[in-house]
Amino acid sequence: MMRRAYNKTLIDPLIENNPVTLQILGICSALAVTTSLLTALVMSGALTSVLVMSNGTISLIRNHVPPAIRLIVQITIIASLVIVADEVLKAYAFEISMRLSVFVGLIITNCIVLARAESFAMRNPPMPSLMDGLGNGLGYSLILIVLGTVRELLGAGTLLGFTVLPTIKQGGWFEPLALMLKPASAFFMLGFLVWLIRTVRRHQVEEPEFRPQTTESKAG
Amino acid sequence: MGRLGPVSWWRSLLALPNDSWTKTLSVALLVALSSALVVSTTSVLLRPMQEANRERERQAKIVAVVSSIIGHPGPLMARVVDLNAGEFSPDIDPVTFDQRAAARDPTRSIAVPPEADIAGLGRRANHAPVFLREVNGKIDLIVLPVHGQGYQSTLYGYLALRGDFNTVAALSFYEHGETPGLGSRITEAAWQANWRDRKVVNESGTLTISVARGKADGPYAVDGITGATRTGQGITNLLRYWLGSHGFGPLLERLRVENS
Repeated sequence: MMRRAYNKTLIDPLIENNPVTLQILGICSALAVTTSLLTALVMSGALTSVLVMSNGTISLIRNHVPPAIRLIVQITIIASLVIVADEVLKAYAFEISMRLSVFVGLIITNCIVLARAESFAMRNPPMPSLMDGLGNGLGYSLILIVLGTVRELLGAGTLLGFTVLPTIKQGGWFEPLALMLKPASAFFMLGFLVWLIRTVRRHQVEEPEFRPQTTESKAG
Repeated sequence: MGRLGPVSWWRSLLALPNDSWTKTLSVALLVALSSALVVSTTSVLLRPMQEANRERERQAKIVAVVSSIIGHPGPLMARVVDLNAGEFSPDIDPVTFDQRAAARDPTRSIAVPPEADIAGLGRRANHAPVFLREVNGKIDLIVLPVHGQGYQSTLYGYLALRGDFNTVAALSFYEHGETPGLGSRITEAAWQANWRDRKVVNESGTLTISVARGKADGPYAVDGITGATRTGQGITNLLRYWLGSHGFGPLLERLRVENS
């Protein structure tokens, strides 16, 4: 029974309740770091670990957080964890952290982290909160990995730096799509992904907030 | 009332209602303290590795600059030089020393007297980093950072001298804002290659190295770039400044004596 509940918190955010494609959160970094698979993977790792730890920490102290300073406490904890993640990357993966530039630091402002802290970790015990953090982190990672794979493959003909589609420049046949390396392509890709998921899972399609006055309207 | 001890104090704090002033302030303080502790501990523990990474990156840049002209120079050793005294300052860490920041800091720089300021610097840092290659305990290559006013921008480059401190091994500019296609040609490998084996000081001991107007003759000059006379003049000036008595001159003088 307990196990099933854990599994649901963990699995749900992967597709069914994905933070990026359903809640449309955290897309700024999802667009910025997905020009190559490697940066997408490192960013995914950084965000997932920050999310798990912030959810865990905030859940531990949830019963003693004064409502007046609730958000500041959450942000302070998240910011500290992000700085730690950034410092670790600078020490152990220097070149990648240079390529990710400010985007690791900007995890602080990634809505997913604060949203999970505020809506889940503040109300649930540590174990489910950890699972929720992990699930949402993996959901974000899944989207980043899909985007990173497609963009690197079509934009440069490589995956993780290894040649998959030999480009014309190297004497092969593949003409790289330069658009794929531009931020706009990630927008298109993300749009297609949302469309695809919502075509398969129709219940994710949102009710329009407004309907034209002339038609029958549900809002009274 | 229970005994006043840390444990009972802690318990009574936790028992306070969440919206009380005492609890709000204590929680804020505790969260801030523990966050600060975590962040500073990580930072202190990881700093040596990060600095090693940064130094490797800087080395790689300089090696790229030098090797674009004379081939890979092998490992270089970074040192900081006290320009005013003309000697090495072992107490300044070359990894963290930032020459441009130091030049803006009045306590760590001097105003260049107008008559000496041929490179148009305004202020000059008291110290500068240099990069050495030693063979059998003798310096056989020294890379000096140089900069100065060009035609419409400040030129930044590295000058590599051989172990006689008089023969140019390479001169390479890595940052400038000169006219594209004219002054910007100073970054072209073909033009930079002209500097190889030029001499800095002539027999009578005067700084003679220059960019010629048009064709160069003799071992002390390189060809000028057509349409970039002022850029060439700027390079002449900045080289003479940095090799002169106000720049690395005193250090080079000392090294010439010590190394021979």
